[in-house]
Amino acid sequence: MTVPVLSVRNLEVEFLTRRSTLRAINGVSFDIAKGEVLGVVGESGAGKSVTGLAVIGLIDPPGRIASGEIYLSGTRIDHLPPEEIRRIRGKRIGMIFQDPLTSLNPLYRIGDQIVETIRTHMNLSETAARKRAIDLLAEVGIPAPEKRIDAYPHEFSGGMRQRVVIALAICAEPELIIADEPTTALDVSVQAQIISLIKRLGRDHGTAVMLVTHDMGVIAETSDRVAVMYSGRIAEIGPVQDVVQNPLHPYAKGLMGAIPTLAGEDKRLVQIPGSMPRLSAIPPGCSFNPRCAFAFDRCRVDRPEPLKHGSHAVACHLFDTAPGEAAKETAA
Amino acid sequence: MLAFTLRRAIQAIGVMIAVGVIAFSMFRFAGDPVNQIVSLDTPAAEREAVRKSLGLDDPVPVQFARYFGNAVQFKFGVSYQFRQPVSNLLMERMPATLELAACATVLAMVFGILMGVYSALRRDTILTKFFQAVSLIGISLPTFLIGILLIYLFSVTLGWLPSFGRGDVVRIGWWTTGLLTLSGLKALIMPSITLGLFQMTLIMRLVRAEMLEVLRTDYIRFARARGLTTRAIHFGHALKNTLVPVITVAGLQFGSVIAFAIITETVFQWPGMGLLFVQAVQNVDIPIMAAYLLMVSLIFVTINLVVDILYTIVDPRLRSTISRPA
Repeated sequence: MTVPVLSVRNLEVEFLTRRSTLRAINGVSFDIAKGEVLGVVGESGAGKSVTGLAVIGLIDPPGRIASGEIYLSGTRIDHLPPEEIRRIRGKRIGMIFQDPLTSLNPLYRIGDQIVETIRTHMNLSETAARKRAIDLLAEVGIPAPEKRIDAYPHEFSGGMRQRVVIALAICAEPELIIADEPTTALDVSVQAQIISLIKRLGRDHGTAVMLVTHDMGVIAETSDRVAVMYSGRIAEIGPVQDVVQNPLHPYAKGLMGAIPTLAGEDKRLVQIPGSMPRLSAIPPGCSFNPRCAFAFDRCRVDRPEPLKHGSHAVACHLFDTAPGEAAKETAA
Repeated sequence: MLAFTLRRAIQAIGVMIAVGVIAFSMFRFAGDPVNQIVSLDTPAAEREAVRKSLGLDDPVPVQFARYFGNAVQFKFGVSYQFRQPVSNLLMERMPATLELAACATVLAMVFGILMGVYSALRRDTILTKFFQAVSLIGISLPTFLIGILLIYLFSVTLGWLPSFGRGDVVRIGWWTTGLLTLSGLKALIMPSITLGLFQMTLIMRLVRAEMLEVLRTDYIRFARARGLTTRAIHFGHALKNTLVPVITVAGLQFGSVIAFAIITETVFQWPGMGLLFVQAVQNVDIPIMAAYLLMVSLIFVTINLVVDILYTIVDPRLRSTISRPA
């Protein structure tokens, strides 16, 4: 098997506060292969964005990576000195943020921002970099790029600005793109265009994509695999079709049940009772147990680890085959 | 852009007319000017003659029109105490004040921006705490006290710098400059520091606050995610965004620097317009006071205009909102 582009092993991210240490990410592991799109879903505060920031090395104090390893194409990158991780950012890992309206520096022409990024990472002359910038703008679907390159960010619409942001993220041919809620700030018609753009770029360049979102529709459309996160841990991870159609983890079930279908069956959408625990008050055992309809004694004591179950991996005691009664309970 | 500049220029003229009314009304409310000119035992007939020769018996609107018409041509009448045209006196004193103000502003900008950027980027170093302490002193100590302390330290105790005057000056056309002689430069040091200290601390605090604000923005985070060097992020992306409000404040402060030069000029006996004004107040020399008021407001209004135009050069967003009529 080839080496995955991104490999995260037992990642833990902590935030030191005056009173205590909050653990935002608690033992997350996953891989993304070349050309693969991994969707990461979860409620706000589940640790999706923090995982992305940890990979690219942008966790600022008081936050820090407490333990675990991050490998980019087989090289460990989580403990590199700042200057070396800086060289990886933008060159080998591109990042797209949520709000295109605020991601671009308002005082610089977009061309200058792209050329600056290209020349930081590639040994190109000003003219060659500018030519490349025009090609990139054309590739992300900006009309008349040779003219628009000299425009300022405020002269673009939100969707066009997100295209510019994407051009900036891919300008040095990265192996991995981390897209942190790239469509949340856009309106629905533009969302679809941006999603298909990211998908196309990933396919054309063989780039691996980590797509962070809370929109299951986006995941279903784009991703090859999906990871469902809950309070700093991966609850379930597997191929997108399997997870969407046949979720195993009670939380994942709840999430999928909350998606309205176009088929129009007159069923009430399922709601997960309660809300995610705060980082300062994560219950012992499985962090989902207070909201889980299937919780039993072990869930309140023992923290479940992700275990292989068919094509999925799921962190739930219901699928731990050792106590047979639990498995029976779900079958019923 | 042109329409915007024109509109602002017309507004500026409006402001100047308003100031002209105030300056003119000083003549009416600060006592009878004839009394200032003639001596106590001048006969009434002679007083009337003086009044007539100065046109003080004309109706008020006529007098105002005449005063304003002259003021536009930089004719402000004759000083009561010096018996010289006020415009000559101002011209003679202006280079001293402008040199002092420019020097103080440059000092304030350079050190204010440097200290502000440093204290925003290295928040917890000893040097930053020192800068903060200095800025507290600069903001809270009155100007005259700083001037006196400097004189005590560098002139009286150490004897390094002159305590008053401009030193030797060189005349270039009608302009006199102290920048070309050693004694002139030495004389400029303490007054510039005294005058610029407040502005410097103001700019430093503003730069620091703005810089901290800008460093938290999404585009800085995105610039980091693009892998740009720390230097490019701090000095290219962050500093340029910081400078927009700094330009406004520094520009407007240049006006106040000229206006507040009165105190510094008095402390250091600096032969500028401020000192002339203080002497004029002591002698109720209204033509000088009125002319000074007009000059200072003209400088303020001009600076405002320049700052507005500079804004649009730095910030492209303003350029398009201006060219597109709202």
